[in-house]
Amino acid sequence: MGHGSGGKLSHELITSLFLRYFGNDKLNELTDSAIADLPECKLAFTTDSYVVDPVFFPGGNIGNLAISGTVNDLAVSGAVPLYLSASFIIEEGFDMEQLEEIVASMRDEAGRADIQIITGDTKVVRKGQCDKIFINTSGIGIIEKNAGHISGGKLAGPGDKIFVSGYLGDHAMAVLSARNELNISSNVTSDVAPLNQLIKSITNTGAIHYMRDITRGGLATILSELVQKRDFGVYILEKDIPMREEVLGFCELLGFDPLYLANEGKVMMVVDNEHAEEILYILRQHPLGKHAAVIGELVSEKPGRAVIESLTGGTRIINMLSGEQLPRIC
Amino acid sequence: MRFIDEFRDKDIIDRLLRQIHNISVKEISIMEICGGHTMAIRKYGIPSLLPPNIHLISGPGCPVCVTSRAYIDNAITIANQPDVIFTTYGDLIRVPGSTSSMEEAKASGADIRIVYSTLDALEMARQNPDKKIVFAGIGFETTTPSSAVAILQAAKENVDNFFIYSAHKVMPPAMKALINEGIPINGYIGPGHVSTITGTDMYKPLVEKYGVSVVISGFEPVDILQSILMLVRQFEKNKPAVEIQYRRIVRPQGNPKARELTEQVFGPRGDWWRGLGDLPDSGMKIRGEYELFDAENHFNIKNRIAKDPSACLCGEVLKGLKSPEECTLYKKVCTPSNPVGACMVSSEGACQAYYRYANDE
Amino acid sequence: MCLGIPVKIIKIQGETAQASLGGTVVNIGLQMVENVKQGDYVLVHTGFALEKISEEEAQETLKLLQELEEVSVPPGKDNSTS
Repeated sequence: MGHGSGGKLSHELITSLFLRYFGNDKLNELTDSAIADLPECKLAFTTDSYVVDPVFFPGGNIGNLAISGTVNDLAVSGAVPLYLSASFIIEEGFDMEQLEEIVASMRDEAGRADIQIITGDTKVVRKGQCDKIFINTSGIGIIEKNAGHISGGKLAGPGDKIFVSGYLGDHAMAVLSARNELNISSNVTSDVAPLNQLIKSITNTGAIHYMRDITRGGLATILSELVQKRDFGVYILEKDIPMREEVLGFCELLGFDPLYLANEGKVMMVVDNEHAEEILYILRQHPLGKHAAVIGELVSEKPGRAVIESLTGGTRIINMLSGEQLPRIC
Repeated sequence: MRFIDEFRDKDIIDRLLRQIHNISVKEISIMEICGGHTMAIRKYGIPSLLPPNIHLISGPGCPVCVTSRAYIDNAITIANQPDVIFTTYGDLIRVPGSTSSMEEAKASGADIRIVYSTLDALEMARQNPDKKIVFAGIGFETTTPSSAVAILQAAKENVDNFFIYSAHKVMPPAMKALINEGIPINGYIGPGHVSTITGTDMYKPLVEKYGVSVVISGFEPVDILQSILMLVRQFEKNKPAVEIQYRRIVRPQGNPKARELTEQVFGPRGDWWRGLGDLPDSGMKIRGEYELFDAENHFNIKNRIAKDPSACLCGEVLKGLKSPEECTLYKKVCTPSNPVGACMVSSEGACQAYYRYANDE
Repeated sequence: MCLGIPVKIIKIQGETAQASLGGTVVNIGLQMVENVKQGDYVLVHTGFALEKISEEEAQETLKLLQELEEVSVPPGKDNSTS
C-alpha cells in the first residue's frame, strides 16, 4: 500500500520494476516531466484507459493492450507514434509476479511498435477501490507529411473502397471465453498488435482517405460514425467480411452480432478506388494484413447512412452500438 | 458451419424468392410468433425481398416481452436480499420493472448474475451452500424442460438452496387469443423450437376451427422463405394445414422425453400476458411435490399486475396491431439504451429488432 | 430465447457432453435426448440438447429446394411440387 504514496517505497517500485523494463534516456532521468526534442510538425496526441477483465487473456494482457491500443490510435490518424506515458492504478495486494509479467509484455510491445515509454505514474489503492489493475497510456506522434487529411476523412468520397485488415472479432471472443461464467472454450487468441508499421507501408501511397482502428463498438460503430453528417453513404457486403469460423460459431451460440465485436489489431481503411488493388497487395504482404479484404465502398446514394447487404440480398441499416456493450473487454 | 451454411445458400434463396413472386397473388397476412423469427426476418431483410401483397406481422413470440413488470419488481425484491444470488438469462437484465431494472439493482449492490444454463445456476447453489440461488424461469415450451431438469437434479441431490421463480408460458392459448381478438392472420410461421418439444398436434385446432395455416419453420433465411412459400401455396389453394418445414429437427410427435420431464415438475395455471391479458392455462407453475424449489413459495410472492406506462405500445405491438414505428415513444424516448417497454429490451422484442435491423426501404 | 444452434458432439461424459460449432466448444446437457453418440449433430438451446438433427431430412429438404421449378403458374391452379 505504501508503494504509491511518493516516498521511498514507490521509488523502489519504480526503479526496480519499471526502469528495469522500460528504461531509456528520458525515463531514467525520472523528472516530473519528460522533455523531448521534436521537429517543426503537426502533433497527434491521444489517451486511453484500459480496464479489461480478465487481466490476462489468450493472446495478451492489459499491459500490451495498453501499448498497442494507444499506438494504433496515433497510427490511424496518420501519425508516426513516438512516445507514450504509462500510468498505473493498482489494487492493494495485486500479485507482484503478475505485475512484472504485465510490465515485461509492455516492454516487448513497445519494442514491436518501436516507441519509448518516457514518463509514468503509479498509485496503489485500497482493496476494492479498483479491480486489480487499471492502466492509462497517452501517446504523441508526428503527423506524416501529406497525411493531415486522414483523421478527418476530408478526401473521402463516393467510389472509395472500404478495407478491413483481417479477421474480425478475435479479441472479443478471446476475452469473453477467458471469463469462466460462459463455459465456452476455443483456440482463438486476441489479435492485439501494434499496427503502425502496417499502416506506414500504405500511407506513403497517398491513397488512404480515412482510417479507424476497429475497437470497442466494432465495425458497425465506426462505419456509422464515418457517415455522420457526410454527403456519402456506406454500402458493405456481409459475405465479404473476413471472420474465423470459430468466431462465427461463438456469435451464433451466444447471439452476438459480429459487426459489434471489438478488435485490438485491426484497422478499417477508406481507400482511393484507383489504388485499391495495389493497397490490397501491399497489406497482404505484411503478417498483420494477410487476410485483408475489401468489404464495400462509399456511395452517393442514401448519404449519411451505412447499409449492409445480407447474404440473402436484403439490406439493412447499420446502427451504432447502443447500450448493450459487452462489459470491460478493452 | 454444418446445418447453418447450407440453409443460407444464395442460389436457393433466389429460387425461393422467384417461386414466391410467381405464385403469390392474393393479399396475405402472415404472423411469426417466435422472437427468433422476428430477429431473423429483420436481420436478413426479408420484408424488402417479398412481393407487396405479402404482409409480415410480428406477434407475441418473445417470452420476456409478454411478462408483467410485477415479475421484475418481485425479482428485484428477492435479489436485494443479502443471502440471495439471483441468476437469469441475459435477456432479462435490462427489462424495466415499475421503478427499476435488474441491471440497476445490480449496480446498487444486488448479487445478480447472468447464466447460460439452469445447470450453471444449480452448480452455483452447490458451490455456495450458505446462499440461496434463485433462477428466473422465463421462456416457452422450449425452455421449461431446462428448468424441470434442474429441479429434478436438485431434488435427487437434496440441494436445499436452489429455487426457480417461474414465468414459463405455453404458446397455443396466445395463438388462439390473437385470432379471437380479430387480428387478421391467414397463416402462422410456427415456432420451430417450441415445436421441437411439443410436436405439431396442438396446432390442429387452429386449422380446423379457424382455417388458419401453420408452417413450423427453422430460423435460417432458406427456412423462413420456404415456410413463407408453403404458407402462400396453402393460401392460394385455400387448403390450410399444419406442415413442418423444419423437418431436420421437428418431428410430428415432438420430444416426448422433454415433455415428460416438464410434466413431472410443472402444471398449468392462468397467466397474464402483455397485450392479451389473462389467459387460462397459459402459464406453468411448479407442482406441489417440488414446492421446496418454488421461489414463489419460499419467498412468499404474491403475483400482482403492475401497470405499463400509458404511452407504451408494447401490448399493441405484441399483437401485431401496431408496428414499432407507430409508437410515439419508439426511438425518440424508448431506445435500447433507455428502454421504456420490454419489446425494446429483449433481444427478441419486435421494437429492438426493428431498431437494430432497420430495413433499408 | 429461441436461439437453438446445431452443434457436433465431440465427447460424451455421462449426462453431459462437449460439443463444437466451428471449433468453439461448449458443455451441454443431454438429459432431454436419447441414443446420442459422438459425431452426432444436435440442436442446443440454453445449454441443453433438444433433439438430434436428421441428416436425411436435411439432405431431402436441400435437394427439393435445389430442384425448385421456376415455372410461372397461373393463380388458383394446383401447383404442388412436394
